[in-house]
Amino acid sequence: MALKIVKGSIDRMFDKNLQDLVRGIRNHKEDEAKYISTCIDEIKQELKQDNIAVKANAVCKLTYLQMLGYDVSWAAFNIVEVMSSSKFTYKRIGYLAASQCFHENTDVIMLTTNQIRKDLSSPNQYDTGVALTGLSCFVTPDLARDLANDIMTLMSHTKPYIRKKAVLIMYKVFLKYPESLRPAFPRLKEKLEDPDPGVQSAAVNVICELARRNPKNYLSLAPLFFKLMTSSTNNWVLIKIIKLFGALTPLEPRLGKKLIEPLTNLIHSTSAMSLLYECVNTVIAGQYSCSVGSVCLRISVVKYLGLLAMSKILKTHPKSVQSHKDLILQCLDDKDESIRLRALDLLYGMVSKKNLMEIVKKLMIHVDKAEGTTYRDELLTKIIDICSQSNYQYITNFEWYISILVELTRLEGTRHGHLIASQMLDVAIRVKAIRAFAVAQMATLLDNAHLLTGNMQRNGICEVLYAAAWICGEFSEHLENPVQTLEAMLRPKVATLPGHIQAVYVQNAAKLFATILKNQEGNTDSTAAQETSQLMIDRLPLFVQSANLEVQERASCILQLVKYIQKLQQKDVEVAEEVSALFAGELNPVAPKAQKKVPVPEGLDLDAWINEPPSESESEDEQPKAIFTKEEPKHSRPRHTEVDEKELARRREARKQEQANNPFYIKASPSSQKVYQETPGVEHIPVVQIDLSVPLKVPGLPMSDQYVKLEEERRQKERAEKKKKEKKKRKEKRSGRGKKHDSGPESEEDITPAHVVDIVTEEMPENALPSDDDDKDPNDPHKVCDIQGNLQDGSQVVVSVIFENKSDSFLKSMEFNVLDSLNSKLQRPEGSGPHDGLTVPFQLPPGVSNEARFVFTVQSIVMPQKLKGTLTFIVKDSSTHEKLDFKLHFTCTSYLITTPCYSDAFAKLLESGDLKSSSVRLEGVNMPFHHLLARICFHHHFSVVERIDSCASMYSRSIQGHHVCLLVKTSGQTVSIDAKCDEPTLLGNVLDEIKQTFSQC
Amino acid sequence: SILKPIIRFILIQNRAGKTRLAKWYMQFDDDEKQKLIEEVHAVVTVRDAKHTNFVEFRNFKIIYRRYAGLYFCICVDVTDNNLAYLEGIHNFVEVLNEYFHNVCELDLVFNFYKVYTVVDEMFLAGEIRETSQTKVLKQLLMLQSLE
Repeated sequence: MALKIVKGSIDRMFDKNLQDLVRGIRNHKEDEAKYISTCIDEIKQELKQDNIAVKANAVCKLTYLQMLGYDVSWAAFNIVEVMSSSKFTYKRIGYLAASQCFHENTDVIMLTTNQIRKDLSSPNQYDTGVALTGLSCFVTPDLARDLANDIMTLMSHTKPYIRKKAVLIMYKVFLKYPESLRPAFPRLKEKLEDPDPGVQSAAVNVICELARRNPKNYLSLAPLFFKLMTSSTNNWVLIKIIKLFGALTPLEPRLGKKLIEPLTNLIHSTSAMSLLYECVNTVIAGQYSCSVGSVCLRISVVKYLGLLAMSKILKTHPKSVQSHKDLILQCLDDKDESIRLRALDLLYGMVSKKNLMEIVKKLMIHVDKAEGTTYRDELLTKIIDICSQSNYQYITNFEWYISILVELTRLEGTRHGHLIASQMLDVAIRVKAIRAFAVAQMATLLDNAHLLTGNMQRNGICEVLYAAAWICGEFSEHLENPVQTLEAMLRPKVATLPGHIQAVYVQNAAKLFATILKNQEGNTDSTAAQETSQLMIDRLPLFVQSANLEVQERASCILQLVKYIQKLQQKDVEVAEEVSALFAGELNPVAPKAQKKVPVPEGLDLDAWINEPPSESESEDEQPKAIFTKEEPKHSRPRHTEVDEKELARRREARKQEQANNPFYIKASPSSQKVYQETPGVEHIPVVQIDLSVPLKVPGLPMSDQYVKLEEERRQKERAEKKKKEKKKRKEKRSGRGKKHDSGPESEEDITPAHVVDIVTEEMPENALPSDDDDKDPNDPHKVCDIQGNLQDGSQVVVSVIFENKSDSFLKSMEFNVLDSLNSKLQRPEGSGPHDGLTVPFQLPPGVSNEARFVFTVQSIVMPQKLKGTLTFIVKDSSTHEKLDFKLHFTCTSYLITTPCYSDAFAKLLESGDLKSSSVRLEGVNMPFHHLLARICFHHHFSVVERIDSCASMYSRSIQGHHVCLLVKTSGQTVSIDAKCDEPTLLGNVLDEIKQTFSQC
Repeated sequence: SILKPIIRFILIQNRAGKTRLAKWYMQFDDDEKQKLIEEVHAVVTVRDAKHTNFVEFRNFKIIYRRYAGLYFCICVDVTDNNLAYLEGIHNFVEVLNEYFHNVCELDLVFNFYKVYTVVDEMFLAGEIRETSQTKVLKQLLMLQSLE
């Protein structure tokens, strides 16, 4: 026996220990795998021995190899052997190996349960500790179930070292065996107040993690955590708690208010950036109203996180981020790509009319400097995104934008040729004023096509030639030198372009040809025209041979056509007129909704039955169906399939009569039809007026920078003029009924686009225009403008404005203009730009008032809106131009229409459960109940459904069909209004307005 | 939703990509572990000293810091507090430095099991367990004396 031990230790002297193994690996860099496989063989031999020390050494080496990525799962049983050694050193090696190598599917884990239990209850706290640590790594659902109780007991161990570990491991146990959570939780909660701070923080950790996943079960702990938050100095603990509160506040809004103070204190006092960041994050997420501005400043120190946080702030407090524009632009210079990308994201949200050019200019510089095509492409798409967002809202100068696009084509190796091309097409088609400029630029591009064609990859930059060719062809009347462009389009090199681009070339060459013929025939010089035909005939065969079918087809078709034209020309026949007829008319973008607006042709009665109607009902679409489903059957009448012409006419007449008597039916107003139907079809699209302060023609390729400068100058001039006007205004006494006259410093809205460029959003047929307005109350004393809504497509509102001349002079040439918002737009007749004023159709002698009506299209009606506007007029005697600023207030109430409602329909509506509720209390209302109801009916367009004593239900309906229901109760001087509506925002605003009405009396 | 440990894994690698420590708090199979190690190395080593210490990676986020030739990486949930773990890494390195008296890469190689012990003393079950350097060092010395 003794001999065996001696022999064992002698053997060991020849074994490799860990150090030898590590050194060996380092010395066998060339054949590491081979060396390790011999080591593994040795280890296998060692594991076969009885000596636990040898085994432990072998397992230790295996753990190292495992870390390097070698498979050691075959040694699992030996690891268990070493784990169960009574000697701490070996035990530790065993547990380490187990925690590194075991996973849920290791079958020997089943064998360890009792060993681990024994270790957990060992009198030696380090045995327990090592077992806990190991367990945390390889705990399985079975182990968790079997050992949950033992670990729970350890949470009350005398040594904090063990308590702390046990608490943390409980989290793992919960994950694997969720049933253990309920019995263990009370004890876990106790640990939040453990005397040892380490245990405390462990408990905070675990509970916070649990709560983040399921916050509402942990709301009751909020006071305890609040106490910890104000008392703890441990940053890690604070971070966890603040995170937890971030999850709790949405459930308990009152917490938010309570947190502001401690959070603000931390933000201002902490030196730990991590804690600061966490506070800021929570503040942003909770939108607490503390000074986000100062937060911005402090976090800007840590760039990446600052940017991250700013992007969150941007959504709620755009102003405070915009002031850090320079800082963010600086971040574009950063070496780190992730910072640059974050900054780009931020810039997208920050642009305004004022800073767009500056930001894009900076970005262009970066495009030039950028290394690596991925980042450059990212920049390119961002530039285009930024410029084109919200329907080019921020672009004030489209020449500048076209030059930017052209500059972008000079990028090498970009994949986004297609994107640039579609932008060019879009702008050229929709912004009419820019066409001449765009065509000039595109012609230059075509001329220099060889610069672009180097890059032939798909989606490459040569895609822009597609746009260039199309624009030059379609708008060829703007071309300076069409023959030269035609020549450029028919160069032999074109045949190397992708097929679809060639096809566009060929087609547009034909359009161009038509234009040229037209010009040249006018000159009475027939040879020139014939030369052009000859050019076509010479060059087109190249395309006829194209492998691309479309190119081939178009080319041969056009070639034959030109040959025929040439024949005619030789007989001195004028052909230009007919050739250009091929391409007559203009292509316009069509809005997706346009079909709806097409007027129903004369004589087509969509309401007439084609077949025998289903027996019971005849639906009248002007009735609010959802509510009145029950009432409908009563006036159904039998119909015959055979109705003669007379009968039809009679019915139509009757319907018209009926509609005329129905205040909610919209009929086309004869006056507006007269005005808007004079010009037919596409001509109706508002035409652009060019009002350029810059010369259109720029020789060579454009430089966007020059536009930036010009734009600056223009704005300055504009500002100066404005100031002049304002001064004048102050001198003289104003007249009119404007409520507010604001002329603050230059704000976002003050920048008007350079040339009145019209963005044709969509093509609308003529009958899309608004109509009459029956129930108008011009005597309402409370508003400047009384707004009465009438429903047509749920979005048009007629505003009647009363102009009263309070001055002593005669006023004429009044023009009414409103600065459109995205949501609400003044409808202007065709032929005027989006910023043109509308002429008021009367003049005002002193002391006289008159009323004019204006139509607005409104998209969303859930929010009140204020539109700024100006009224310009000429004072007759002095013949000076005068200006009057006003604000047009679209309250939510004005979108409501008094609609009667029966009590059973009302009850059904409330029962449906589709409505969101909200309520408001009015204090100190000192008036009889019926006065109160009358007031709500009058000012807010409600109707009383039912009234019982001091309680009444009321109903109204918005022009877009939202139901608004009120339950008004009064007791003493307090009025409570419980309200329901299918649109919570609208409801909130209506209630606010009701409150406003009663606070005024 | 399924609960997950906050720290997915802790890695120490040298510039050549050799693993000096790998502690996993989530179940991955062996192949997956090697793949993760290689990917992390590829993501982290190309970054310049002036870059941030955070990289988004798969669905996670890696917070790393370079000390001489070693990269200390902690992989956490994207929603977690970057700076807290960055400070955690530094705390860990300071403990190592104290424990090994001016730690160098070789200390970690030859005493890799001790490094695991340090990790276990400071992090547990995917959570930061102890942040007090004195406490951790005291425990470590106690454990050493048991050998």
